[in-house]
Amino acid sequence: MSNPKDLQSLDQPMYQARKAVYPKKVDGFFRRLKWLIMAITLTIYYVTPWLRWDRGPYAPHQAVLVDMANRRFYMFAIEIWPHEFYFVAGLLIMAGIGLFLVTSAVGRAWCGYACPQTVWTDLFLHIERAIDGDRNAQIKLAAAPLGVSKIVKRVTKHAIWLVVAVATGGAWIFYFADAPTLACEFLSGSAPFVAYATVGVLTATTYTFGGFMREQICIYMCPWPRIQTAMLDEKSLVVTYKFWRGEPRTQGRKRAQDAMIIDSMPTGDCIDCTQCIQVCPTGIDIREGAQLGCITCGLCIDACDKVMDQIGKPRGLIHYATSDDCELEQAGAPPRPVTKALFHPRTLAYFAIWCAIGLGLLFALGQRTRLDLSAIQDRNPVYVQLSDGSVRNNYTVKVRNMEGRPRKVEIKIDGLPGAVLWGELGDRASAGKSVQIDVAADSVRKTRLFVAAPATGEAAQPFDFTVRALDSEGGIDRDDVKFERPAR
Amino acid sequence: MVDHDGADNKRIDAPTGTETVGHEWDGIEELNTPLPRWWLWTFYITIVWAIGYTVVYPAWPMVSNFTKGSFGWTSRGQYDEQMKLEAAKRAPITDAIEKIPMADLPRNPQLMAAAIEGGRAAFKVYCVQCHGSGAAGSKGFPNLNDDDWLWGGDLQTVHATLVNGIRQPGNNDTRNSMMPAFGRDGILKPAEIQSLVAHVQAISHRGKDNAKGAALFAVNCAVCHGPEGKGNRQFGAPNLTDGIWLYGGDAETLTETITNARAGVMPAWGQSLKPATVKMLAAYVHSLGGGEATPAPALVAEAAPASAEAGNNVQP
Repeated sequence: MSNPKDLQSLDQPMYQARKAVYPKKVDGFFRRLKWLIMAITLTIYYVTPWLRWDRGPYAPHQAVLVDMANRRFYMFAIEIWPHEFYFVAGLLIMAGIGLFLVTSAVGRAWCGYACPQTVWTDLFLHIERAIDGDRNAQIKLAAAPLGVSKIVKRVTKHAIWLVVAVATGGAWIFYFADAPTLACEFLSGSAPFVAYATVGVLTATTYTFGGFMREQICIYMCPWPRIQTAMLDEKSLVVTYKFWRGEPRTQGRKRAQDAMIIDSMPTGDCIDCTQCIQVCPTGIDIREGAQLGCITCGLCIDACDKVMDQIGKPRGLIHYATSDDCELEQAGAPPRPVTKALFHPRTLAYFAIWCAIGLGLLFALGQRTRLDLSAIQDRNPVYVQLSDGSVRNNYTVKVRNMEGRPRKVEIKIDGLPGAVLWGELGDRASAGKSVQIDVAADSVRKTRLFVAAPATGEAAQPFDFTVRALDSEGGIDRDDVKFERPAR
Repeated sequence: MVDHDGADNKRIDAPTGTETVGHEWDGIEELNTPLPRWWLWTFYITIVWAIGYTVVYPAWPMVSNFTKGSFGWTSRGQYDEQMKLEAAKRAPITDAIEKIPMADLPRNPQLMAAAIEGGRAAFKVYCVQCHGSGAAGSKGFPNLNDDDWLWGGDLQTVHATLVNGIRQPGNNDTRNSMMPAFGRDGILKPAEIQSLVAHVQAISHRGKDNAKGAALFAVNCAVCHGPEGKGNRQFGAPNLTDGIWLYGGDAETLTETITNARAGVMPAWGQSLKPATVKMLAAYVHSLGGGEATPAPALVAEAAPASAEAGNNVQP
């Protein structure tokens, strides 16, 4: 392309308008599976923020809540603090490996069934069919001149799309604040600007992605198909057109029979009815083989099986199959059940890793303490010489009370002979071996502690601060720091 | 071999039916797939966005100025606005600190905490030049972290020192005292000063005492520093028996101190800072670890021991 003339001499255009896809309605096992998964995922998405969970008087009562302002993440009985973010990181890693696992076992099942882009596009397609009719009616309508009927249909369709889009964007914000309160505020116009902005942006993306972009998100934008392409191997399930059975194609059932009987020519099972293309939501021809555009939703399987039933041929001309199985089948082996392909070493390895991380997280969850102390020595100045010749060090101490109730705790010093301790608003005269402080429910108390000790001793002497809850439940945590003295 | 003029090698790729661009790298060829048209639109949208941006925001450099933009936005203006918002947010706290009597401040822990934080910020602006960023002081400038106070270390006394300063002419309430320059003014002879230095070092447990020095101390120094040298806060006379020396406790420095006298100064911050800021500074300095309890009225003092159980220091 070093010569600009190359550009001009190209036969193909630089830019291409989208080729409209009008997927035809279909029914069958995979369509029903998609309905089921759509119902489950949409229900989870819309209903979750409205679930309640009693956490006592000091914490919110929303079962799943990402409380950005107070930096808390609530999920049913689990409350995550910012310093415990590794739990969220762990969940994200599990989600990632979960995708690997699913890809290894059933190929691009995420793309075909559970991806939000797929679910919402599917929803938008159903709305479109309900208003405009099925594939042929849609093609006819698109070609028809603008008239009253077309305008009414278009306005209705886009209005319903927008309602779905607003509901989608609207549901998102309820994960970040108390849902009933925010809903009232939102409707009365008193919600924070960011709530309206978020709903606005998500409404726009849902409407655009579901209504207009559809398969182009998968083909041009999403990185996951590329990653998955690299992850698929000869043991992965992909939607396969069994060409050794289907080819050569013959046009139409009658012609197929004629060709076989009269001409005694070899004919395949494929009658080139193009049903598989017509039902495809990404507008591809699965008979060209595995390709990037195939999200493996299985709708072409449903369509083809129906045709096979009609022409009295066995089902499964198009079906989930692994590359290995295809080779066996071509050699004459009977089709292997799909379930047999689910378990192979890579899948089991992913599953083992996934379980190990999950168990590790559960173990960590069971082990975590709800009382936490962290102490750092103040560095400016490192030490203070006192009038009686002793030395004082200052420490900034944070006590985290992660229980949903206020607690009284005692902080002690261990391993620093002759030392006394006092806190903010105290003084040397009232110093002792420990201090007691109150920590409010579900909060961090930051306080300064002053430790005075004799001037004789190590220049940097390690010791521990120990915090102990004074209520019946108890709980202990410690942190090691140093006590520094002037060099002698 | 890289074929630079690949036009001749163009062919239709059989599996996809798409033309190749004609280039080949180790057997890898590039399909000339057309870009989706909407992708081109996003390019146009960025152009429209850029034009709109330069209209509403400051953008184009002119000869001596720049285009201001129809929004009238400036980064400085945004900064001022945010500072105003923050000041408005702080106003109730600052007002409350200004109104509350200094003695009552520690009884309002939230206000006290706010005052300490405010003082921390103000200290960095007004005080670090002499006392250092950690308030640890240096020669001639007291360490505010320790428990040795020239004029007193309870909250109200610290506040009074801050308001009126030290040795500020024209301020009747300023901390004032004058140490005589015993050597320079000929009050004591050099040999007598050496005896005095030895005595002062002896009372702070660093050397042998001598009767001559003790006698000189009783006559010349005890009136301010006390008969035992324990100092007197009324005059800002330091305790000479402890381990802390403002200028230094070695013989050479002590000789210089007695010969020429010392008279440190501090501005009267009440004249230049807002009352609330001075209170915040007092609270901060008091919180550094050496702060002393305010001498309590007699009635409260009786109840006090109940809250200070042996070994445990109960705090709110």
